[in-house]
Amino acid sequence: MLSRTAANLFWLARYMERAETAARFLEVGARIALLPNAGQGFRNEWDALLRAAGTADAFARKYGEPVQRNIESHLFFDQDNPASVAACIRNARENGRIVRTALTTQVWEALNTAHAELQEIERQPRSDTGLSRLTEWTIRTAALLRGTIDATLLRNDGYDFLHLGYHLERADNTARLLDVKYFVLLPKVEFVGSGLDNYQWVTLLRALSAHRAFHWAYGGEVTAARIAHFLILNPQCPRALITSVQGLNAHLDRLSRGYGRSTPAQTAARGLLGEMAEMQVEQIFDEGLHEYLSRFIGAVSGLGGRIHDSYLSGDQR
Amino acid sequence: MRIRIDHTSHYRYDPPVRRVVQSHRLIPAECANQRVEQWQVTVPGGTAGGAFTDGAGDQVQGWTIAGPVSEVVVRVQGVVETTDCAGVLRGHRERVPPVAWLGATPATAVDAALADLARSVAAPDGLALAHALCNAVGAAIAYRPGVTHAHTTAAEALALGEGVCQDHTHALIACAHLREMPARYVSGYMQATEDGSPHEAAHAWAEIWVEGLGWVGFDASNSCCPDERYVRLGCGVDARDAAPIRGVALGQTVESLDVSVAVEAAQQ
Amino acid sequence: MQAFFDEMKSGGAVRAPYAQLQDWLAAMPAELRNLKQAEAEALFRRIGITFAVYGEGGDPDRLIPFDMFPRVFTALEWHRLERGIRQRARALNAFLADVYDRGEIVRAGIVPGRLVYLNEAYEKAMAGIRPPRGVFSHIVGIDLVRTGADEFFVLEDNCRTPSGVSYMLENREIMMRMFPDLFRGNRIEPVDGYPEALRRTLASVAPPKCDREPTIAILTPGHFNSAYYEHSFLADLMGVELVEGQDLFVEGDRVWMRTTEGPQPVDVIYRRIDDAFIDPLCFRPDSMLGIAGLMDVYRSGGVTICSAPGAGVADDKAVYTFVPEMVRFYLGEEPILPNVPTWQCAKSEDLKYVLSHLPDLVVKEVHGSGGYGMLVGPKATSEQVEAFRARLVERPENYIAQPTLALSTVPSFVEEGVAPRHVDLRPYCLVGERIELVPGGLTRVALREGSLVVNSSQGGGVKDTWVLAQ
Repeated sequence: MLSRTAANLFWLARYMERAETAARFLEVGARIALLPNAGQGFRNEWDALLRAAGTADAFARKYGEPVQRNIESHLFFDQDNPASVAACIRNARENGRIVRTALTTQVWEALNTAHAELQEIERQPRSDTGLSRLTEWTIRTAALLRGTIDATLLRNDGYDFLHLGYHLERADNTARLLDVKYFVLLPKVEFVGSGLDNYQWVTLLRALSAHRAFHWAYGGEVTAARIAHFLILNPQCPRALITSVQGLNAHLDRLSRGYGRSTPAQTAARGLLGEMAEMQVEQIFDEGLHEYLSRFIGAVSGLGGRIHDSYLSGDQR
Repeated sequence: MRIRIDHTSHYRYDPPVRRVVQSHRLIPAECANQRVEQWQVTVPGGTAGGAFTDGAGDQVQGWTIAGPVSEVVVRVQGVVETTDCAGVLRGHRERVPPVAWLGATPATAVDAALADLARSVAAPDGLALAHALCNAVGAAIAYRPGVTHAHTTAAEALALGEGVCQDHTHALIACAHLREMPARYVSGYMQATEDGSPHEAAHAWAEIWVEGLGWVGFDASNSCCPDERYVRLGCGVDARDAAPIRGVALGQTVESLDVSVAVEAAQQ
Repeated sequence: MQAFFDEMKSGGAVRAPYAQLQDWLAAMPAELRNLKQAEAEALFRRIGITFAVYGEGGDPDRLIPFDMFPRVFTALEWHRLERGIRQRARALNAFLADVYDRGEIVRAGIVPGRLVYLNEAYEKAMAGIRPPRGVFSHIVGIDLVRTGADEFFVLEDNCRTPSGVSYMLENREIMMRMFPDLFRGNRIEPVDGYPEALRRTLASVAPPKCDREPTIAILTPGHFNSAYYEHSFLADLMGVELVEGQDLFVEGDRVWMRTTEGPQPVDVIYRRIDDAFIDPLCFRPDSMLGIAGLMDVYRSGGVTICSAPGAGVADDKAVYTFVPEMVRFYLGEEPILPNVPTWQCAKSEDLKYVLSHLPDLVVKEVHGSGGYGMLVGPKATSEQVEAFRARLVERPENYIAQPTLALSTVPSFVEEGVAPRHVDLRPYCLVGERIELVPGGLTRVALREGSLVVNSSQGGGVKDTWVLAQ
């Protein structure tokens, strides 16, 4: 497969995952706005979400104060924000158009329809586009695309590059959200594990659509340690870091079997998974959650670089 | 005359580039004017590409250097036995017809001043006209290194009144074209003279098509026709087209080039 | 008012090849037609066939208008066209092989040397190069117009990279999906063998250094190009990679493709990029689309470029006038398909005639394309004629002129119902080890009433083109 084609598939998936992340952020933000005493908390929440999306500075420059409507504009419609839903779906569709022939008709139609519907949404007056409609549409669209990929796409190397994109982006997004929440919400060390941050942690679970899943998995009290375990080390959780890393390993292994050769990307992915498989949540807190997450984000980014060098640049012999 | 040549081009890239691709015209063609005794082109770290003779009769050789590349050294060493043919290129096989050498490029485009210069001379026949144009160009553009650069056009050099062999050659080609004579740019080497007249060891001159004679060389910088001191490497429509080494470096970089050329008479 | 030859009805009677379509038309009320038209458009849009027009801005996903009413040729009509097209494709390739070799046709005084060797499409870098099998133009698109039952003229030749073949294939696909009964009732020659024939043609011109099943790639300027859809469509149907310049690189004496399994050699490049942009080392140094060193590899036999650089010198509008002479000179045959009579404005007596008959003539720019640098005398206002006259006087050598041809018409679906509209035809002739031609081609139709300009950039549409089996 052409390296550029693989790169387009990889990025198609990354953009779709990123669009979904932006929609989840919007959803959780909107939920906070509905709670009483939103005042100061409201601002903190949004700031955290914007920071997790990596766009807090750009937002501040363009809009200043985080007013709900501006945040919606920024995270959903704003073409200047490369992480907005609209920008991500455009980019995903553009990547898909370039590799049109590597996709099935169903996948392409899902992508193309998403783009057409987005244009339709953009044409409607803002008063008609309720926030929940926007976020539901985005999450449904992303799910539809993943569904057509799973249902119709040939299980060849292109399928693997798509999934590498999904898993890499998800690992990165989840880690960032965790990192930002930790950093913002726990300025004082004594709060850790004290139960005082319960409300904030629930918000975090909601942002990852893992609120109910968490209760099914653990029951009982919500503690920082349990949440960290769930979102980092529990392979039952679809958005846990370890789940993404397992996915990366599975698809990299498929590639090395198909191509009959291993690359530094497999080595890096295996190393990352090996460490996580042995890890206890206490070790993470010993190291420091922020320190651990920074290290993880760096490792994922390094893995992305190795995937690029090994497959997407076409230079590797 | 036996001429020994040692020519090194040292390219440096900062920061290093991903890949360098070069196209060389560094091998003298065999013809009545010159016979190659020995010849060697080396590019340490490079991979030689396909070699072929192009339609103008020049031997072309591609080279690639895989990155990261921070420098490329191209060294040419050889000995050529030359014969004075009174400037006429004899026994040189080529496919491009003379009429194809009437077209201008930005470097050889005619402006009003060049047109005036080309029309300022009169001559009874083509050969005399070519000589007259050669002398007129030599007189209008004084030899002075450092005032012009690689992208100076014929018109700019004439306006300046100063330049080097590249500028003389571009201007002479432009003038010849205006007088409906096919003309082209030749790159090669010239052995040092002792009388102190200006020269550049890596040299360039023009060839003008003279009906009945064929291609005749004219060196406006030295007001003469190439003789046994000249070694011809290749030709083109202008300096860029005839460049002995053309290259593309892939990557954002700053390229610098050092050239050293030694051209000397060798023992018989 | 000029009388036009209508391909369906000549003198009131329905011509035989259209007999079934008459019934089909009668059985289709306006509502059904509108429904079908909407269905066709939805199909095109879903498949993603769009056409962006250079410099017009607007919707990059514009559809080229598809007219459902097919155009029909009998087996006999096609037989003659096919012979004429093959003959012309052979002559054009012989001309190219000659002018990049000894130039016998110039030496014989038949074609002026300046016209060839000072032509901007002439590539000095190709002189003395003999591509595999001596073929320079592997896909020859020959634009034909019809003025009567047996009167066909060649309007122009396209020796570089004629576009539009994807429409020929998609038009048929969509017609077969929407009107299967029509295809059961008529014995229509299929066109879907084209991609395989193209692949076969490209494989047959693999370079000498290729010692295995050749790897073929289509080189596209990228997804912003208006014909990108066609590039990806052909690559998909042929099962070959669609590459951009950045996907290829030169190392040693071969061209390599960047793949997820490391570099793979490429043997044949079907490029849809102009000469000037294929190799910054040889042509335009500022080209971002090309592959540095490609021409050196090509000229030393490490890769084949289709069409060969410099092939455009054969389809120049001024060189066009000499094609009948080429047929006689190289093939020793009489041309089967005549040229449109052409005045060369470079000649002073021709220019004089043209200037005094401007309102009756079609004047074309020699190096232009797409119908922009063009005057259609009878359709132009007097201001337009005068503006063009000034350009013509300034640079006469840039123009040729032709009589306004009474282009044939074919019934077409228009706003008001069914009405005759002017058409032309572009068949695609493949030249490799053999010469192959699928029966049919792309019929372009001028959908504006009275318009003679069929270019898609000027409001033209397309039709399915049928050749009936014997």
